[in-house]
Amino acid sequence: MKKLSARRRHPLAAIVVLLFALAATGGLYAAFAPAKSAQAEDAPSSLAVEEGKKLFLSGCSSCHGQAGQGTSDGPSLIGVGAAAVDFQVMTGRMPMQQQGPQAPRKPTAYTQAQADQIAAFVASLGAGPSVPNRDEYALNGNIQEGGELFRTNCSQCHNFSGEGGALPEGKFAPPLKDVDPKHIYEAMLTGPQNMPSFPDAIMPPEQKKNIVTYITGVTKDEPNPGGLGLGRLGPVSEGLFVWTIGLGLVIAVTIWIAARTPKARTK
Amino acid sequence: MSEEKLPEPHSPAGALDPFADPGLPAHEPRVTDIDEKAARRAERQVSLLFVISMLATIGFIASYVSIDKYKIIDIFFFGKIGALNLALGCTLGVALFCIGAGAIHWARTLMTDEEIVQERHEFKSDPADREGAIREFQRGAAESGFGRRSMIRRTMIGAMALVPLSGVVLLRDLGPLPSVALRHTWWGKNGKNGRTLIINENTNKPLRPEHIVKGSLVMAKPEGLNVDNHDYLEEIGKAAILLIRLEPDEIKSKKQLEWSYNGVVAYSKICTHVGCPIGLYEQQTHHLLCPCHQSTFDLADDGAVVFGPAARSLPQLKITVNEKTGFLEAIGDFAEPVGPSFWERG
Amino acid sequence: MASTHADSAATGPIPDNAATKTADYFDERLGFYGVAKKNLRKVFPDHWSFMLGEVALYSFIIILLTGVWLTLFFKPSMEEVVYSGSYVPLQGIHMSEAYASTLDISFDIRGGLAIRQIHHWAALIFVSSLFVHMFRIFFTGAFRKPREMNWLFGFLLLVLAMVNGFTGYSLPDDLLSGTGLRIAEGVVLAIPLVGTYLQFFLFGGQFPGHDIVPRLFTIHVLLVPAIMVALVTVHLALVFYQKHTQWPGAGKTEKNVVGLPLLPVYTAKAGGFFFIVFGITALLGGLVQINPIWSYGPYTPDQITAGSQPDWYIGFLEGSLRIMPNWETNLWGHTISWNVLIPSLVVPGVMFTFIAAYPWLEAWVTGDKREHHILDRPRNVPVRTGFGAAWIAMYLVLWIAGGNDIIATHFHLSINSITWTMRVLFFVAPVLAFVVARRIAMALQRRDRDKVLHGRETGIIKKLPHGEFIEIHEPLDAEKLHVLTAHEQPAPAELPPAVDENGVARKLKPGQKLRVRLSKFYFAEQIEKPTAEEFKEITSGHGHH
Repeated sequence: MKKLSARRRHPLAAIVVLLFALAATGGLYAAFAPAKSAQAEDAPSSLAVEEGKKLFLSGCSSCHGQAGQGTSDGPSLIGVGAAAVDFQVMTGRMPMQQQGPQAPRKPTAYTQAQADQIAAFVASLGAGPSVPNRDEYALNGNIQEGGELFRTNCSQCHNFSGEGGALPEGKFAPPLKDVDPKHIYEAMLTGPQNMPSFPDAIMPPEQKKNIVTYITGVTKDEPNPGGLGLGRLGPVSEGLFVWTIGLGLVIAVTIWIAARTPKARTK
Repeated sequence: MSEEKLPEPHSPAGALDPFADPGLPAHEPRVTDIDEKAARRAERQVSLLFVISMLATIGFIASYVSIDKYKIIDIFFFGKIGALNLALGCTLGVALFCIGAGAIHWARTLMTDEEIVQERHEFKSDPADREGAIREFQRGAAESGFGRRSMIRRTMIGAMALVPLSGVVLLRDLGPLPSVALRHTWWGKNGKNGRTLIINENTNKPLRPEHIVKGSLVMAKPEGLNVDNHDYLEEIGKAAILLIRLEPDEIKSKKQLEWSYNGVVAYSKICTHVGCPIGLYEQQTHHLLCPCHQSTFDLADDGAVVFGPAARSLPQLKITVNEKTGFLEAIGDFAEPVGPSFWERG
Repeated sequence: MASTHADSAATGPIPDNAATKTADYFDERLGFYGVAKKNLRKVFPDHWSFMLGEVALYSFIIILLTGVWLTLFFKPSMEEVVYSGSYVPLQGIHMSEAYASTLDISFDIRGGLAIRQIHHWAALIFVSSLFVHMFRIFFTGAFRKPREMNWLFGFLLLVLAMVNGFTGYSLPDDLLSGTGLRIAEGVVLAIPLVGTYLQFFLFGGQFPGHDIVPRLFTIHVLLVPAIMVALVTVHLALVFYQKHTQWPGAGKTEKNVVGLPLLPVYTAKAGGFFFIVFGITALLGGLVQINPIWSYGPYTPDQITAGSQPDWYIGFLEGSLRIMPNWETNLWGHTISWNVLIPSLVVPGVMFTFIAAYPWLEAWVTGDKREHHILDRPRNVPVRTGFGAAWIAMYLVLWIAGGNDIIATHFHLSINSITWTMRVLFFVAPVLAFVVARRIAMALQRRDRDKVLHGRETGIIKKLPHGEFIEIHEPLDAEKLHVLTAHEQPAPAELPPAVDENGVARKLKPGQKLRVRLSKFYFAEQIEKPTAEEFKEITSGHGHH
């Protein structure tokens, strides 16, 4: 049929096929895998906790306290869980360079192994969301439902194309473009800084997966069928473009049309 | 009154012009005017532009026929973009641009550039015409009797003034009268104190207070309001709410505490300024920002406005928990109209 | 060569061919030879700034052409459908037919996206060229008698263009356009007494209802364009009839018009320029994406995106709404939303009424009743130039305020401080702009005076025998001297003596004092033009300095 053949040729077709395949295997896995419980699963080895504690004491405790209880410079980390640590450390937001309205993303100061150790230590302080496993943020969710959820829960701050947006007093919702799907998932789970959290009870894991799939598939990888994307900022960049380049070109032509043709003065 | 006239502020034209107009300079020929070789070259250039245009049109048709409409190509600087759109836009653009450029180059090089002087006429009619026209009009007017027969004049003006009213009246059925539609939302469907289950917009399932942990944000709607409803958009535009949890001691207002359940509060999601949905919730400050005009509301202070053009607090929805099921429910409707202000709002 | 051909064509026998016969056929029925003879060689002055209005005209034609094509595929309906087109991320989503058919135009109809983008880019160029065209008319005083009415027609075209842009922006029923409509609805609701009724009649009930898109469609494709076509026709007819203004220059007077003939030069240039504007718009449509409605999603009143913005020409209204303080009063059970009424109706109302009325305001102040066909150089009317700059500054402040969130995120500023800055600048910037523009204009007049008296600086340094270095100044040619000194310097109006010649106290109308004060404001401070005597004295005395 026309629709089917049309769809097959769509640039996203390959991704969709891949997603179906992954969904099928993922579904099988989910059917047979034991129900997940945050604490029972991959219980951190005491060694990791010990190593994590050392890293924590040297890198984090000046603001968050020796036992993660929090100080005037940083909140308590008891009960924030391993996911929060993994997000904050691996996106470079923690440790903070200086106090400010918001901790910005920057190159990370730790390796993934070190971050895992710190996470293990913080998780040992009190139960909280654990780091999601690879299947939970795999890009095989339902992209359409992801879009609906994105527009209901996320786009008000992060913009329709994940470009980010302004918040009061110099704070901002960061762009989502180059964010690792795992970190997007963790952000929804833990609500870093001023972002509200979307715990599993109000946004089940498969919905988070759908959102991650949508963000990655649409805001990050989607082509711009109409040409240059202009940063996908909407009418503001279009308006600037028309006043500079659009009208600029046209006025340049008017100058050419009205300019006097050079006279022959060679005699 | 002549004595009230102010003197004309203008000096007579030209009186102060110290350098007389030298007059139109003599025309100087261009290269193409005197050198037939240069003229031929210009002719070839113009024709080349027209030929490029023809080729571009052929390219347009060829692209339309041969390029797959879903094909995406990745090119330098532009990134991944649609191939057909690029091809059609560029070929059409070149085809049109070259016709224009050819015509202008032709005009600039081969058509005359000798300036012509034409006289302007004064727009004011001469006195004879003026008098004649006014006389003719007066005569016609007198013959009609419009001035003399005042009954005809008045009734005609009356009739002409009335007849457009039909057109105005005909607009009546453009819409229903507002009545009280703006005062009520879906939450009040079950009577004044009736209870309505609060449904999570994500899962379409009812919510328990313990689901809403500190720092989380839930978008919600009333039970029974689904996308399939014919009036879904009108209703969700008034009934959309968001729920958050505050520590009971963070809540500043007594009413807010009474209308909450164990620190869980429900507020309208519709801005009181001009009605945009507001969901930019900062979980640390409990501030809610509207992305349209930056009105900022403090949810810890009963939705009070702390910045921006909105004048009124966000309306709170009174909630409780159903003892049997443990689900969150709204008690009755909002106590005030949600969304933007209007004249009859009070 | 060309001229000899032309001469023989103008003097030789009338050809007896098919073209002449066809023309005769129509002339026998229409009698157009008289009109044609008068107008085929009609003169149009040539200057790049005279083509800005052409840009507007051509983009308007492009909009009409592409718009007709779009109506063949667009379905102006708010009936709910489930999308099943080829854009995967929206498949299975509930949306209006209007949005679904716009998606079809963008993805499944070949060339649809290109035409949609040409239509939209042409619309943006249309409104911006209208503004630039009006700036040109304003700053050169081309609106003066006898062209005041045409200024008003042009002004109406600008307003209608903005209205039609907004209705077009609202048609696809995507998340951004719906948000724009929601704001418009809030504005309508805020109108005292009748706002609620107007809103219900406009939307056919509560917002958004099921009627607004088809109603806007009729307005967008029929009502407003029909009025605009009529106004454009009158506007052009008046330009044709009244003949174009011209810059001061050698051989150019108030009584003549100097330029190139309609046939062939102006036809080729103007016709060619149409194709060029169309070509540039088509290239934009192919190369630069505009309004990617698929990534906004369908409209529902409970969803929103950060960075919700209108097209640029509505941006000043958005900014005006953003920086307004939150004033609202409640009187005898009735709400008056100053926070909506002032920024969305009063501020633009005052700003645009000022533009519309300016020709009459200035004519009243100057008392000038003569026809003007030679343009003012903006520097020679510093107060008018200052007013124009002030207006633009005010508009710009509002426009920038409309993008305060984008500015905040891109320059890492606080949105609250930007808003406060704009609140202050709304009052300060126009005053500053006025003062600065007026001073610059006066300074340029001073420079003109120096140039006339001392000639053009050549940049060539010469050492005199006694060791002094001087820069050689080259005297201006006769045309330049004329252009730099041809402007008028009206004396400000004076109040008549308090008693008339009979010793009776004179009665003054209240407006007269104001007029005199304004006239002083316009003309009291002037840079004296050099006189012929001064010039002679300096040039005959010593060759340099």
